[in-house]
Amino acid sequence: MKFIVCVKQVPDTTEVKIDPETNTLIREGVPSILNPFDQFALEEAIKIRQEGDEIIVISMGPPQAKKALLKCLALGADKAILLSDKAFAGADTWATSYTLTQCIRKIGDFNIVFCGLQAIDGDTAQVGPEIAAQLGIPQITYVESIEKLEGKKLEAKVQTDDGYKIVEAKLPVLITGITSSSFEPTNPPMMSIMKANKKPFSTWTIDDLGGSSDNYGLNGSLTEVIKVYSPPARQQGVVIEDEKPDAAVLKLIELLSKDKVI
Amino acid sequence: MSITVDKEKCTGCGLCEKACPFGAIKIVEKIAVIGDECTLCGACVDQCNLKAISLQRKKLKDVDLSQYQDVWIVAEIKDGKVRNVSFELLGKAIELADELMQDPCVLLIGNNVTKFTQDFSNRGAKKIYIAENEDLKDYHTETYSSVITGIISKYKPNIVLYPATISGRDLAPRIAATLELGLTADCTGLSIKDGLLLQTRPAFGGNIMADIICPITRPQMATVRPNVMEMASANDNENTKIIEIPVNVDLQGLKIKTKEIISASSSECGIPVCEADIIVSGGRGVGCQENFKILEDLANVLKGAVGASRAAVDLGWIPKSQQVGQSGTTVSPRIYIACGISGTIQHLVGMKSSDIIIAINKDPEAPIFNVANYGIVGDLCEVVPLLTEALKKRLSEN
Repeated sequence: MKFIVCVKQVPDTTEVKIDPETNTLIREGVPSILNPFDQFALEEAIKIRQEGDEIIVISMGPPQAKKALLKCLALGADKAILLSDKAFAGADTWATSYTLTQCIRKIGDFNIVFCGLQAIDGDTAQVGPEIAAQLGIPQITYVESIEKLEGKKLEAKVQTDDGYKIVEAKLPVLITGITSSSFEPTNPPMMSIMKANKKPFSTWTIDDLGGSSDNYGLNGSLTEVIKVYSPPARQQGVVIEDEKPDAAVLKLIELLSKDKVI
Repeated sequence: MSITVDKEKCTGCGLCEKACPFGAIKIVEKIAVIGDECTLCGACVDQCNLKAISLQRKKLKDVDLSQYQDVWIVAEIKDGKVRNVSFELLGKAIELADELMQDPCVLLIGNNVTKFTQDFSNRGAKKIYIAENEDLKDYHTETYSSVITGIISKYKPNIVLYPATISGRDLAPRIAATLELGLTADCTGLSIKDGLLLQTRPAFGGNIMADIICPITRPQMATVRPNVMEMASANDNENTKIIEIPVNVDLQGLKIKTKEIISASSSECGIPVCEADIIVSGGRGVGCQENFKILEDLANVLKGAVGASRAAVDLGWIPKSQQVGQSGTTVSPRIYIACGISGTIQHLVGMKSSDIIIAINKDPEAPIFNVANYGIVGDLCEVVPLLTEALKKRLSEN
């Protein structure tokens, strides 16, 4: 079988700070990492792979995004393709999914496309379903884990509002989700990192993907970000310390009624 | 129209006829013939194994945008009830429609949904579109997205709002990509600016806010976080137009089938965390599964839901459906009570927009206190039961 995993290199949002003077993001010094949710999706692909299966990771991004793809290779992917071109810059979810769809079509003959739950910088969770729609294949979102893969059928455990459901899908299918791995993204051992450099890696540009340049990047985007600013800061709260539990609760109730919370 | 059947490839198998939600395809002399009822939803294209049907959609660039009118919401029905988020969307739709001098409209899709018409007309919906069919009883991406795609193409709304729930976030991008429309995820603010829908959403883990517009395509579409907008209030309204849209659904053709449903709601009130007005959440500091009972008691007194951090879910103390945070549900209740939750960045992202945050934790250095409006440094096993009693007493006095 052929698995395609879509990944993104993202700024580590846990390190992002806002410049209080200018209200803009301070990007300097913020490390770029492999989106943790994409790593979980890749780990699931690795978990269900069998002898002879192939895992291809693809990513759209600047040349530096190669680093994220090398990590995927070190974690166990077989082949990586970086989609990098100035024409891809400024893409919204539609243009991003178009670009990835063009790449997946070119690879062809795939069985499962994996996407992470969402990227930790944008948090939209839209690119996966948008790829599935463009490929004209079914999608399963909020997948918890893949339970079974037999012949041309896949069984997955899927999160619902109040529990889980088990669904069965005919391949090819696109799945997103997979948060069951531990949140701390693991780092591959040194040996695997060295081996990763020898695995097949290619960079594709707009010429490789074809199609009209009107559909890529900023030109192809249907939404437009007109302003970015920091959210209103929360007011400093009251912390009750060094009190006996009953006294602390009493004080809290007093504060809550004074502030008309209850 | 830009849908064509390749007569060389078509064998007249009839799969497309069954798949068409609008009854637009007939097999005539072993060839599929597409009639005027076609809405270009694309359900037949996905079904055809022989790739005999091709659909060319023009991007909506340079078309007359003024033919797109009205502000629609896609209502979500679950377990035979309208989810509150649907009324929140309507509340916002009424405000936006007023400003645009257009009509707020509701799309009801499902089985036996006509009975909800009055709930929405009372709350100010001017038009209610109903797509009812017994095979739409359960949500399936394939059936719901084809039906809604077709309806949008036919009726041409200006704005469509979806709830940012599990199914809304599955459905909306599927429709957006099929129709080549812009879509903004998880909006927390919506307004009209120069005639366009101004969509505000958090990004970078809640560290920044972005204002987004969708200037060239229609409808303008967004998913909206539950519990952020005000619900439309009920007041009698007699001028609601009902539009029934006949649809066919073929469940046989589904490529994804549900085999089993495992409900695991632990909260007695059964409110999904994303909709709860008050959430009592527990983390690693709760100590063991049994201690979650302490939190349930408090939640019951407050008629709230029990939530959890990832740590508590990973330890198996509480089901995943209750998890709050980046890899769980993002919530914005009126009151969020965090018990034994240290406040990792991933958790904070999911609850930071709550109106009031109360934190109870042993560790005075825990980051949760940085976002809390009120905090108690202490052992939750002692503090929470006392708080439950005190609140019970107080609420019975009022």
